Amino acid sequence: MIRAVFAFVGLLFTALTATAEEEIVLGLSQAEVSITTNFDGSEILVYGAVKRETPIPEGAPLEVVMTVSGPSTPIMVRRKERRFGIWVNVDAVEVDRAPSFYAVVTSGPLSEVLKRIEDLRHRISIPRAIRSVGAPMEIENPVKFTEALIRVRTASNLYQVIEDGVKVDEQTLFRAAVALPASLTEGAYDTRIFLTRGGDVVAQYETVIDVRKVGMERWLFNLAHEQAFIYGLLSLFIAVSAGWVASAVFGLLRR
Amino acid sequence: MQIYLPIAEVSVNAFLLLGLGGIVGILSGMFGVGGGFLITPLLFFVGIPPAVAVATSTNQIVASSFSALLAHLKRRTVDFRMGWVLLAGGLIGSGIGMFIFNYLKSLGQVDLLVTLCYVIFLGIIGGLMFFESLRAIRRSRKGGRVQRKKHYWVHGLPFKLRFRVSGLYISVIPPVLVGAAVGMLSAIMGVGGGFIMVPAMIYLLGMPTKVVIGTSLLQIIFVTGFTTMLHATTNQTVDIVLAVLLLVGGVLGAQVGTRIGVRMQAEQLRILLAVLVLAVCAKLALDLLLEPAELYSLSPVAAE
Repeated sequence: MIRAVFAFVGLLFTALTATAEEEIVLGLSQAEVSITTNFDGSEILVYGAVKRETPIPEGAPLEVVMTVSGPSTPIMVRRKERRFGIWVNVDAVEVDRAPSFYAVVTSGPLSEVLKRIEDLRHRISIPRAIRSVGAPMEIENPVKFTEALIRVRTASNLYQVIEDGVKVDEQTLFRAAVALPASLTEGAYDTRIFLTRGGDVVAQYETVIDVRKVGMERWLFNLAHEQAFIYGLLSLFIAVSAGWVASAVFGLLRR
Repeated sequence: MQIYLPIAEVSVNAFLLLGLGGIVGILSGMFGVGGGFLITPLLFFVGIPPAVAVATSTNQIVASSFSALLAHLKRRTVDFRMGWVLLAGGLIGSGIGMFIFNYLKSLGQVDLLVTLCYVIFLGIIGGLMFFESLRAIRRSRKGGRVQRKKHYWVHGLPFKLRFRVSGLYISVIPPVLVGAAVGMLSAIMGVGGGFIMVPAMIYLLGMPTKVVIGTSLLQIIFVTGFTTMLHATTNQTVDIVLAVLLLVGGVLGAQVGTRIGVRMQAEQLRILLAVLVLAVCAKLALDLLLEPAELYSLSPVAAE
């Protein structure tokens, strides 16, 4: 009995030291993404190193899991069905929080580098990153709606799972790349790195990539939201003057 | 060349948008339709969010219609008096339309009803115009003068007014009603309403085709201008960069279109417009009838 307790305490001790013994040191190719007029997506390179005071632990090799998540918003998922010969929206489920962008980049197959329990705890895989509670009672299969959300966003490259996207050298250095698509919304993109051994998370690191509109994009966006009336008049003014200029130019050309 | 649109928050090819604007501009100049019923679905297709597409296309319609109107003004083919009467009806109608739109929105089936509206109206109007123009062309081939009916039931109503440019002496009630009906539909369907207005003026009011186009443009400019302001102030969904790209193509196209329109006979012009209207109708009807590839769709939840 006493021996068993000792063994347990001993296990606990090693588990604690294991988490503290490896630490992540990270560098991003850019900590900020500026959306300019000719913004056409962006690739972010992540360089990292594992800092440790002790020799490389034996056993399962070190694996890396990285997630990049855009701002989360609620979203309505509607389902179509044939009624009276035409396809109409019949029911809808509001997904409470879904990231506008989500990428999971790993150094191996996700099911192998991460245990299910750790995925649940840290909300790493795409289905875990989406929160859907309280679908209406009359919906038969609310899971299908979340699956559809993932399918649609994956098709437009907004949700990505890149297994083997992280290269790990000598269990110490790693590098990964995340391609941000052109259709990006503004906000803070939470970037998380997890080190795992045998599927257990042994260390984690969080940072933020800032995605911001700059220059003319910023100015127009602010004007549209803060001075909506002036913005509207400006749009009309541009429309009318463009119409007038075209007419005048063609009038001259005809002469 | 990719351009990032600040309000739509997507990146699209600038030349694609210029081309789209150009094609719609040509049609708008030729037929006097604003082109909203074409450009809005086209924008959905290139990946612009629906709310932004609807709001921005109204702004683009203002530009191409204004350009086309100036060309018509030079040829004196605008009946201003008729235009103001129609507009008065139009503003009343769009007020009622907005009310209906918001009611449908609360029921949650607004997309379906808008599409159904399109299919029904485009189908009826396109079909009527197509057969009427065919008959007119056949008659003119036989050598007989194209004789359009000169007396309608509308000519018996009170409050008569002389519309000199159109060569009409009719009651103001039918034009106000036509304007109101068009204003209502344009608020619900998010278009200028030219494709409904033009046939209504020809067949219900008996106006000459050439005057109809200029006059309809006049009304469209005010209705879409009003709608642009509404969208900009309430939803902030007018994308100025998108609008500029579309309207550069659009205003040039409109000038070309107006010149093509002048060279063509009224019947040919009408039959082409009819074919176009029927084509869009068929496309929308197919979307409703065929099983979509993806049964699920995403839409943002409006912030409370």
